[in-house]
Amino acid sequence: MIAAPVQEKGYNLRLYVAGQTPKSMAAIANIRSLCEQYLPGRYTIDIIDLMKDPALAQRHQIVAIPTLIRELPEPIRRIIGDLSNTQRVLMGLDLDEPGQFA
Amino acid sequence: MHTPNIPLAKVSSGIFKARTGVAGLDELTGGGLPGGRPTLVCGAAGCGKTLLAVTFLYNGAANFGEPGVFMTFEERPQDLIKNVASLNYDLDRLIKENKLAIDHVRVERSEIEETGEYDLEGLFIRLGYAIDRIGAKRVVLDTVEALFGGLSNQAILRAELRRLFEWLKDKGVTAIITGERGEGQLTRHGLEEYVSDCVILLDHRVHEHITTRRLRVVKYRGTAHGTNEYPFLIDDSGISVMPITSAGLDHLAPDERISSGIADLDAMLEGGGYFRGSSVLVSGMAGSGKSSIAGHFANAACRNGERCIYFALEESPAQIIRNMRSIGLDLQQWVDKGLLRYAAHRPSLFGLETHLATMHRDVAEFQPATIIIDPLSSLLHAGDRNDAQAMILRLVDFLKSKEITAVFTSLTHGNVEHAMTDMQVSSLMDAWLLLYNRESNGEHNRQLYLIKSRGMAHSNQVREFVMTHEGIALREVYVGPEGVLTGSARIAQEARERERGMQLKHENERRNFDFTRRRRRIEAQIEELQSQLADEEREFSALTAEASAHDARASEERARMGQSRRVAAPSSKK
Repeated sequence: MIAAPVQEKGYNLRLYVAGQTPKSMAAIANIRSLCEQYLPGRYTIDIIDLMKDPALAQRHQIVAIPTLIRELPEPIRRIIGDLSNTQRVLMGLDLDEPGQFA
Repeated sequence: MHTPNIPLAKVSSGIFKARTGVAGLDELTGGGLPGGRPTLVCGAAGCGKTLLAVTFLYNGAANFGEPGVFMTFEERPQDLIKNVASLNYDLDRLIKENKLAIDHVRVERSEIEETGEYDLEGLFIRLGYAIDRIGAKRVVLDTVEALFGGLSNQAILRAELRRLFEWLKDKGVTAIITGERGEGQLTRHGLEEYVSDCVILLDHRVHEHITTRRLRVVKYRGTAHGTNEYPFLIDDSGISVMPITSAGLDHLAPDERISSGIADLDAMLEGGGYFRGSSVLVSGMAGSGKSSIAGHFANAACRNGERCIYFALEESPAQIIRNMRSIGLDLQQWVDKGLLRYAAHRPSLFGLETHLATMHRDVAEFQPATIIIDPLSSLLHAGDRNDAQAMILRLVDFLKSKEITAVFTSLTHGNVEHAMTDMQVSSLMDAWLLLYNRESNGEHNRQLYLIKSRGMAHSNQVREFVMTHEGIALREVYVGPEGVLTGSARIAQEARERERGMQLKHENERRNFDFTRRRRRIEAQIEELQSQLADEEREFSALTAEASAHDARASEERARMGQSRRVAAPSSKK
């Protein structure tokens, strides 16, 4: 799942899904293309299927599915939904400011 | 096919009940919450929703072998655990024993960005995992409505909640879902739309600065439930509901008698006292001796080894014990032996319902054979009049169903005819003693009058009520042209009686003396005559003896003369 080595100002992302639902599949596809476009080479994505590891749902405070968590850089940000609205995802990841783009 | 004799409610509903273990609530609902189904508990903030839910889970896990999951959306788990520790609910232990799981679901809108479609599968997975891990049979969601604050897409949220409640049913867990009371509807976000099996409404109202908590079962599918509002308590022993249901008039009527503690009063009650399980009203003006009658009753019960609760609403227990000692009753000994319990509360401290709920709980806990409420009238002032009567009716019904004999005192103002507060409750009472102070000849005297005593041929006489150092005594009163005589008038009458008695006695003594004297005189006469007779007899016998001696002498003379004549005569004729 690791797309590229983390560089300075790297992004650690985790995407929580529950099985192979259309929403989950869409979210996975959306975040991958978004990261490739805006964070090439400086992000990691863990995809966690709660169906396989349900105990993590409580541990990581997951309510909605899909949930994307930005672990790094801090502060932690949460984005829920199928990530279909790229602009909002970028906002959620604090990537919408021009200075942030590589 | 043979049908076993099962109570109708269980057969017709076909559902099982999950006991809450909350005193009173299980009776009210015919056994508990609908098993395997969600129940909505709604009410305003601070009305006890969370406590009710925790109690339900705690009792399930600790007492009924049903582990539970508590999903909290607001309160942090450590706060929850701390809050109920004072009730001796050791949640930590249950968690360690895998009988309880607490999951804190935190949803902060400020931390969350929403983009596109989502569902709450994460919540389902969490809950499902917790349920499966400990084999939970009970679930609490407190307060799931917090999600409305955390998530902005209401359409998704509503659809997901609907799915959640269906899913809980499929899981077969008995669930409590709490909800905040909303304007014009039961809950702020209309949860009642999704939870349709059982809805319980909690409420606390403030009336004249006094808070009363009430519980109402708004809806309970498949069960005939009490629809009234029932007062409930939250105190250091948890929640208890005062459930006096429609048990109504089917209680037993025992023939057994129980002493009033006053021998003279027992005598007025066919010699036996009150019926066991009856309710006795003792009403009277201030200082007419109501508490003393109650004290005697408590004393008699304890002397028989029966427990008694004395609800003191105006005086402190220490004061009552001291006062009773002055009329020769040692109540402290019964307190020491654990037979007598004082429960002292200021009437103004709680609402009427709370008082009665407290009494209900105390009775359930202490299991007394007798109780005293001194005075009942102060409770009547604690609430609305109609409320008061309804509540007292429930209390009386409850006491009867437990065969508890109760003495209620009631303070009245004025005379018999004006005892209005009594009229409200007297019809609920089996016996009614009226004490009143009559003023005559410049003094107040206590009188006791048995207005009624159902089911027995009681005395209809007015008695004078006297308090002595050896307790209460009832004196016969004098009935004259000016009414009954009491106090000094009675004493004067008694003195007159005594005087007349003395006169009679003297008369008798005099007659007796006269007779004795006459008798002596006659006896003396008899003696004299007898001695006279003896004299006569003596004289007569002396004369008789003389006469016979004379006869003997005469015949001797004749013989001697004859001899001498014969000698002389033959010689001359030859």
